[in-house]
Amino acid sequence: MRFWQRTRAWSLRLINVFADERNRRREGSFADEIECHLQFHIDDNLRMGMSPDEARREAILKLGGLEMTKQSYRERNTLPWMDDLFHDLHYALRQLRRNRGFTITAVMMLALGIGASAAMFAFVDAAMIKPLPYHDPNRIAAVTESVKLFGRANLSYPDYLDWKRMNNVFSSFDIYGGGGGLLNTPTGALPVSSLRVSDGFFRTLGVAPIIGRDFRPGEDLPGTAKIVMLSYAAWHKWFNGRVDVVGQKITLDGLPYTVIGVMPENFDFAPRGGTQFYVPFQAKGSCDLRRSCHGLEGIARLKDGVTMQAALAEMQSIAAQLERQYPGDNRGQGAAVDPLSEIIVGNVRPILLTLLAGAGLLLMIACVNVASLLLVRSESRRREIAVRGALGASRARLMRQFLTEGVLLVVLGCALGLGLAYATMRVMAGLIPKFMMSRTPFLQGLGLNSHVLFFVAGISVAAIGLFAITPLLRLPLNVMRDGLTEGSRGSAGRLWRRFGANLVVLELAIAVILLVGAGLLGKSFYRLLHVSPNFNTDHLAMVDVMAPDTLYPKDEDDVRLQRQITSRIGALPGVVSVGITSVPPLSFNGNTNWIRFVGRPYNGEHNEVNMRDVSGDYIKTLQAKMLRGRGFTEREDGTKPPVIIINQTLAKMYFPNQDPIGQHIGDTDLSPKSIREVVGVVDDIKEGSLDQDMWPTAYYPLYQDENGYFTLMVRTSQSAESILPTLVSTIHSIDPGVGTADPTTMEEHTRTSPTAYLHRSSAWLVGGFAVLALLLGVIGLYGVVAYSVSQRTREIGVRMALGAQRSSVHNLVMREAGRLTLLGIGVGLICAVGASTLMRGLLFGTAAWDAGTLASVAVVLGMSALIASYIPAHRAASVNPVDALRAE
Amino acid sequence: MGERADVWQGTLALMVLKTIEMMGPQHGYGIARRIEQTSGNLLSLNYGTLYPALLKLEQEGAIASEWGVSENNRKAKFYKLTRAGRRQLEQEARNWQQTTAILDRFLLPAEDKV
Repeated sequence: MRFWQRTRAWSLRLINVFADERNRRREGSFADEIECHLQFHIDDNLRMGMSPDEARREAILKLGGLEMTKQSYRERNTLPWMDDLFHDLHYALRQLRRNRGFTITAVMMLALGIGASAAMFAFVDAAMIKPLPYHDPNRIAAVTESVKLFGRANLSYPDYLDWKRMNNVFSSFDIYGGGGGLLNTPTGALPVSSLRVSDGFFRTLGVAPIIGRDFRPGEDLPGTAKIVMLSYAAWHKWFNGRVDVVGQKITLDGLPYTVIGVMPENFDFAPRGGTQFYVPFQAKGSCDLRRSCHGLEGIARLKDGVTMQAALAEMQSIAAQLERQYPGDNRGQGAAVDPLSEIIVGNVRPILLTLLAGAGLLLMIACVNVASLLLVRSESRRREIAVRGALGASRARLMRQFLTEGVLLVVLGCALGLGLAYATMRVMAGLIPKFMMSRTPFLQGLGLNSHVLFFVAGISVAAIGLFAITPLLRLPLNVMRDGLTEGSRGSAGRLWRRFGANLVVLELAIAVILLVGAGLLGKSFYRLLHVSPNFNTDHLAMVDVMAPDTLYPKDEDDVRLQRQITSRIGALPGVVSVGITSVPPLSFNGNTNWIRFVGRPYNGEHNEVNMRDVSGDYIKTLQAKMLRGRGFTEREDGTKPPVIIINQTLAKMYFPNQDPIGQHIGDTDLSPKSIREVVGVVDDIKEGSLDQDMWPTAYYPLYQDENGYFTLMVRTSQSAESILPTLVSTIHSIDPGVGTADPTTMEEHTRTSPTAYLHRSSAWLVGGFAVLALLLGVIGLYGVVAYSVSQRTREIGVRMALGAQRSSVHNLVMREAGRLTLLGIGVGLICAVGASTLMRGLLFGTAAWDAGTLASVAVVLGMSALIASYIPAHRAASVNPVDALRAE
Repeated sequence: MGERADVWQGTLALMVLKTIEMMGPQHGYGIARRIEQTSGNLLSLNYGTLYPALLKLEQEGAIASEWGVSENNRKAKFYKLTRAGRRQLEQEARNWQQTTAILDRFLLPAEDKV
């Protein structure tokens, strides 16, 4: 009841805020009413014998003042603060419209800053703040073995079984492994991504299938039924989303599998993003049951109350126990337990944080720039402010006026900035290559969500505060009075010079930080692309080939296929030579083997080296240098004596003062059939990604080892790109049952590699921020110097009237600009070294204090600043002293 | 005449409503004089404060106003009680009586309470 009455009163008053005409009428009516009131009162007073004057005076006194009454009536009639706000907005809009140049500049700067920050924050939010789409993701650990060379290595199946049995810290512990598979389709065998998982894999993640059932305990043991779980995408791709998919059959790697279920649409296992088929582990082959064959990774859910550290300690002690129990296989095999999120976003986190910091700095420059523009404007509005103050505007009222203007600027900037952020995100998300997207499925949820909006709101409030405070600094009470007096301009610049000028130093310093950051990242990227891989990367085509075990069961079958492919491709026009490798160069360090040297004391240590199976013409095809000895020949197969080629790093590491040629290398047990003679030393072909160290690497003759999955490397005389379709069709014409994947050129492979991509994108983005920062900083400096010149016109006039030369006036201005610039660059360089030290993890082959970068940044900024201040200096020097003095 | 009390916040509306109920449609000056008289001239009322209070009651729909002619043939704006206003008056009067009754129990000398 009371509520409705209040609401009624409020809405009436609210309407009256905007109903000017009605208010005028009502106020007229109220004036009448008061006049009547006074007449009644005067009549009464006259009756009591007062004189007419006295009667009127007494009546007005009793009323409490005529204007006061009207004022309080008016305030009751509308909502005064709303009314004021309305007027403030109106006035602010008029102010902004009148100074269109200022408004556009300020709004654009804010939009840039806010847009960049919001877009970067959206990425940070998607990657680091939003939880992974699994049940209670913070309790999921990624568990693997660790070795000295890697840190995180892979698990072997027997170790996994022991770890699972012995630990008391995990409520569940599962594994995944394997990667590719060949799916039989009507159009031939197609490579698909599949994952072998233990039975509790999905339960550990806390995700259930939307159709069908999960794997049951025990279904991952050897000899159980061949079943498969589909990803949502695979369900739609291969079964058109049919509901009766459960029970259907597919043929993977030549074996029939029965579909048991479909995972939800938003489910993707980020470490193996884009996986289409999940099959139970069902140990098979020689590797799965061998303790020294590491090909798996683990995920585990922590028991309640157990921390990651406690889990790590327990797993390490179990690993130590196994090391004692199996000294041969498990020597040096530790344990690694990390949060799953660390595995997924760990590598992009520093980049995202750097980018967010870059965007934040840009925003800071933009804000400082707008603040100093406001300061300049408040300076030129001194008289207006003084007039308003003199006409009775209270200090609070003036403050509100500035606040309103600040709010308006920020709101406009925000609206534009959010639009900009949205566009940036669309563009950037579109630029993310597919391989990155599948490894970072969280980025698919990128958008202007509530987190981002909150972030922008926070920024806005801070910016509004800054912009409201800035002009207020110009508003000490006495200034209001001074503003009215003529000729007050001489003293005007004092506070400006103390405060406004320092803002420019801040701006320039931030610009230096961003420029240095961009310079260092750019230099790192350049260094990265110019790492010599020690082979010739141009005119080199490559394609992955998969020969399923069902079609090529024996080693000889693989060899036959490989020889056939080599000769058929080698005969193609434009092909210079053909090589085959188990792992292409510039991919990763890994696929390692433990070696031991015949005739040397051995204490069981694991000499871990990259292991690559390569064909006879492989090294020739790469155009890598043989440093000593000979390469393999195409005829070197199982019937010939076992041989091995080592790279230079291996030679230096294990044969420091010795000729490795003729030495013998075997496995850890020196089993007779493992012993091979070193026949050559090859230059350090870069096996890992561009930013990884060289590892010792051993090359085995392809035809002396089993290998159904391999990569074909083709040296061409024409462009490598143009031969790719022919490569694929030629392989399929040999056998349609053989799968091919990722036909590409070595240059493309390098250019799109995750390492190059991350370095390139961070260099470009920070570079973009830096260019904008340079622009804004120089505009800021120009504004400051130009303003200072305009303030000192009279002083300059006096100086010139007293005989100062134009050149000395010119120098006066340039000196001031030079001082600010030097200060800005100096402070900036110091901060920049600090900031780059923080991001040194992102640098490659470049020190945080790289002198070349620091010097070039100082020169670029110094030159830009010189140009920016030359214009106002020139203007100052051409001041006509007569005009300048007359202007007062 | 002793010290005159100021009008408490919130009580003015109740006084206005009650006065209009007693007198029937009445203009502002009449209401003001009547309030002073009723209080036995113990209240010091700035007549000016009455008008925002009347406007508030009108906005809340407790009273309505129209221009009319007074008994001595002057044009004046008359305020009269609406149904909602009557209900509000009843309820607030009851509340107020209850409040004073409770306070009385605290403030009256102890022997009277038995």
